[in-house]
Amino acid sequence: MRLNEVGIFLFFVSCALVNNFIFSRFLGNCPYLGVSNKLSTATGMGIAVTFVMGLSSLFAYIVYTYVLVPLDLKYLDTISFILIIAALVQFVEMFMRKSLPALYSALGIYLPLITTNCAVLGVTLVNMKEGYNLIESVLSGVFGALGFLLAIVLMAGIRERLELSDIPESFKGFPICLIIAGMMSLAFFGFQGLVK
Amino acid sequence: MNITAILYAVGLLGGMGILAGMLLTFADSKFSVPVDEREARVREAVSGANCGVCGYPGCDAFAAAVVRGEAPITGCIPGGARTIEALSEIMGLNAEGKEPMTARVLCLGNNDTVKPRYEYTGYKSCRLASQLSGSPKKCYVACLGQGDCVRACKFDAIRIVNGLAVIDEKKCTACEQCVLVCPHNVIKMQPLSATVLVRCRNTQPARGSREACLAACIACKRCEKACQYDAIHVQNNCAIIDVAKCTRCGDCVAVCPSKCIIMT
Repeated sequence: MRLNEVGIFLFFVSCALVNNFIFSRFLGNCPYLGVSNKLSTATGMGIAVTFVMGLSSLFAYIVYTYVLVPLDLKYLDTISFILIIAALVQFVEMFMRKSLPALYSALGIYLPLITTNCAVLGVTLVNMKEGYNLIESVLSGVFGALGFLLAIVLMAGIRERLELSDIPESFKGFPICLIIAGMMSLAFFGFQGLVK
Repeated sequence: MNITAILYAVGLLGGMGILAGMLLTFADSKFSVPVDEREARVREAVSGANCGVCGYPGCDAFAAAVVRGEAPITGCIPGGARTIEALSEIMGLNAEGKEPMTARVLCLGNNDTVKPRYEYTGYKSCRLASQLSGSPKKCYVACLGQGDCVRACKFDAIRIVNGLAVIDEKKCTACEQCVLVCPHNVIKMQPLSATVLVRCRNTQPARGSREACLAACIACKRCEKACQYDAIHVQNNCAIIDVAKCTRCGDCVAVCPSKCIIMT
């Protein structure tokens, strides 16, 4: 699906809701289940992911288009994207620590966590597979991450309510989380067919 | 086989790796934020149990607070004297000598001594048991023996032996977690040097406490008379030792009729 065919709104709906990273592509489940205990940490994680996914989409596109394609080394995309993302996150962390201490303390502990988040790697690979151009890549990264933010915030809200609910002993803790993740995935399944 | 393709691939990945490495090295020197190296050393010296008894969320936060001068260097209780010594050296501060503490169970009411009020067969929880008609044991301050303290102890220092919690003082780090969970307040923090103890807190008059437990203090005041140092007194029908005056001579231990004064 191309941006100029459907417009930015439908592009957003496609990236964030229809092809949601958590519920439709099943990527990034580790932070989704691991950091969704509290609403505040979930929001922090979601924003950090948004930031990193946008940036890595940009750099992955540049490397892919201007280095890998001319050298006919497209098959090296996965390993080079891992390298780019890891280096980029480290660099951004150092830069933020020096220049934007406020942002650093807000995102601080989440940034290293998402260095090898599969959703971050996934978005770059999906971008290349779909043949997106620069703007589409970055938008797909940011919108996809907003979908992730939505998913993790919804999950955190539900889990905070779960703390106070009467759950059968055998479902307490992680099992009920997995069940809820499955139900949310089913609910998001309703978006399928809205746009491609 | 296309040898140039292989060379390209190796060169590209190697080059990207080296480039990223150089970039990060450059960034590290360019954007380095001076971090107090004492923080890492403080973090090394504290116990590392992340128990939270210092009042900070985890050992990292405590180390940062010590370096900032907000937390006292005596804050890490599980670390004991060794940690305080190390921290005082790192921070260049004098530690006011803090006596090593330990948790002690002030009760001898095991299944043989204390009489049951009813048979408790419910969920294994002291808190739950303490809510049911007083408690399963006749003594209203007895150790309930359901093991809340065992589960709270992160250092594996407590065992339930014959219905009574027993603390291994070698393993106890005085983190106070067991003190917090005990619904009968049976466990108290005490200086490690106070080895003579009245292991009973029952304040009923003699008959009532004897009916409840064979090992209860019956307030006979024999220990009070035996003590040459004016260190033990019966207050509210229960003997209490003044740690400052006690010389650990053991005279009171010998005369106690219900053997509730114990020398460890």
